[in-house]
Amino acid sequence: MTQKIREKLLKRPDILVIADIIPQNSRILDLGCGDGSLLELLRKEKNVYGSGIELSQAKILDCVSAGVPVVHGDLNKGLKELPDKSFDYVILSQTLQAVERPDQLLDDMMRVGKKAIVSIINIGYYSARFQIMFRGKMPVTETLPNHWYDTPNIHLGTVCDFRDLCREKNINIISEIPIGEIHEKLLASIWPNLFASTCVFVIE
Amino acid sequence: MDEKNYGPVYAQDFTFGLTEDDKLLLDCGRKLGPVNIRFETYGKLDDKKSNAILILHALSGNAHVAGYLDGDKAKIGWWDNMVGPGKAFDTDKYFIVCSNVIGGCSGSTGPRSFNPESQNPSKIYNMDFPVITIADMVRAQHRLMKHLGIEKWLSLAGGSMGGMQALEWAVSYPEAVNSVMPIATTSRLSPQSIAFNWVGREAIMRDPSWNNGNYDIAKVPESGLAIARMLGHITYLSDESMDKKFGRELQEIKSYSFDFKHNFKVESYLKHQGEKFVERFDANSYLYISRAMDYFDLSERFGGNLEVALSQVKSSFLVISFSSDWLFTPEESLKIVEALRVNSIDVTYCDIKSIYGHDAFLLEVDVLGRLISDFLKCRYEEIK
Repeated sequence: MTQKIREKLLKRPDILVIADIIPQNSRILDLGCGDGSLLELLRKEKNVYGSGIELSQAKILDCVSAGVPVVHGDLNKGLKELPDKSFDYVILSQTLQAVERPDQLLDDMMRVGKKAIVSIINIGYYSARFQIMFRGKMPVTETLPNHWYDTPNIHLGTVCDFRDLCREKNINIISEIPIGEIHEKLLASIWPNLFASTCVFVIE
Repeated sequence: MDEKNYGPVYAQDFTFGLTEDDKLLLDCGRKLGPVNIRFETYGKLDDKKSNAILILHALSGNAHVAGYLDGDKAKIGWWDNMVGPGKAFDTDKYFIVCSNVIGGCSGSTGPRSFNPESQNPSKIYNMDFPVITIADMVRAQHRLMKHLGIEKWLSLAGGSMGGMQALEWAVSYPEAVNSVMPIATTSRLSPQSIAFNWVGREAIMRDPSWNNGNYDIAKVPESGLAIARMLGHITYLSDESMDKKFGRELQEIKSYSFDFKHNFKVESYLKHQGEKFVERFDANSYLYISRAMDYFDLSERFGGNLEVALSQVKSSFLVISFSSDWLFTPEESLKIVEALRVNSIDVTYCDIKSIYGHDAFLLEVDVLGRLISDFLKCRYEEIK
């Protein structure tokens, strides 16, 4: 039954990586949970207590249809109403770059969760670098399909940038899982900042 | 004819509290009995009695939630677009119950009911009727549940004061509730709403016809009740919806009449709503029910802590608010949601984008219907 959800998520390998990291029976909070696929998968496969936060009314309807508890809310307003360490894992997948203050949201995630899992879109990916370097234009890639003027991604960074931010905030990176495209997996694992289009970080 | 209409439906009555022991003990300390509950049912209870849903009405509602009462097509239910075959509350799948609250004036025992112990010649309660609370209404509904042989509701749903009852159910009878849908409601009535209720009641009680509640059926406090209703109606709409619906348009005249008769469309609308209400609602019931809302504070008996109040709850929740509702604001719904999340209770919350204000819970059928129907489907599949 969960096979269907996994198939739907093939386009989002970072989410599948996150799903495999989460232990059985944990309490998780998925920020910007979209149509609730990850939560649906984890509730079915790992019996987690999971809930999501989502801004879009249309996506909330999808979550309800999938039987996933979701709360209508704006991540830019922070998580202040949630108590400290009330979740085992707080998840944020490919969304950090789209919030107004990624640093403040990260603080909030570390407060609310015992651990957090963040997947970032890596603007240091070689194809993005080449587009800037040789075409002299802001990159448009599969993970970054928008133009510079209409993109919701207002705070793009690289794998190295994220590591720096964690160091500055005394956040410990427990593990780092670079995700490469099909023929670049080996390169991505060796040189994530150049060859990983996205990267999953488990932090505490 | 609407093919999806439930069709003819007939009111039913359940009476209890005929003996001293069986009377309903109220929050105020007094006992009420005999108590009649007027209710309607739709659909069939399944073999396991697992598909029963209780719909709870708002201040001026009644048990007639859907279909044609007594087969009369003019008597259509107040939430007919949500309850029926194939609708959000699908009467082909679920057994739907809706009852009139105690204190009401649409069949259940209320201030205008016959009082066997009354000293006054009319033998009607009027102001001898005890002041009731939302919890008292729920206690009476619990008796009805037992009478119907239902042990657990698949879900409880209600908007506005109906949502307060739904919340009260989840706290008072956690074992009897699988899921709850509080819509456009609050866990405690705000001072602003208490203030509106006060003015509404003042209008009724200062109407000379009110006569300390002992008015004759031929001479009811019409103007007081109409003013209360008009005031209420303003709070059910929003600035934007009023602008859209009426603007500054004039009604029946081409220019200002330079007197104080109704000139504007919005004025005639309110006048009409007031007049219509007087024909179907009772002034004393308005006093009692609005008072019950004033006293509603779910957290009160838990030291004012909503998180504690909701800590024993065993149901999953679908909390819904409407973006333009300034009577029961989205923020108030969010407080309920946060308190539930602290307790690790499954809760879904949606603030439906709408211009219709508080009334949206009767109007935003599409989004509300989808949320409710999907939520119910998942809950029903879980227990099947």
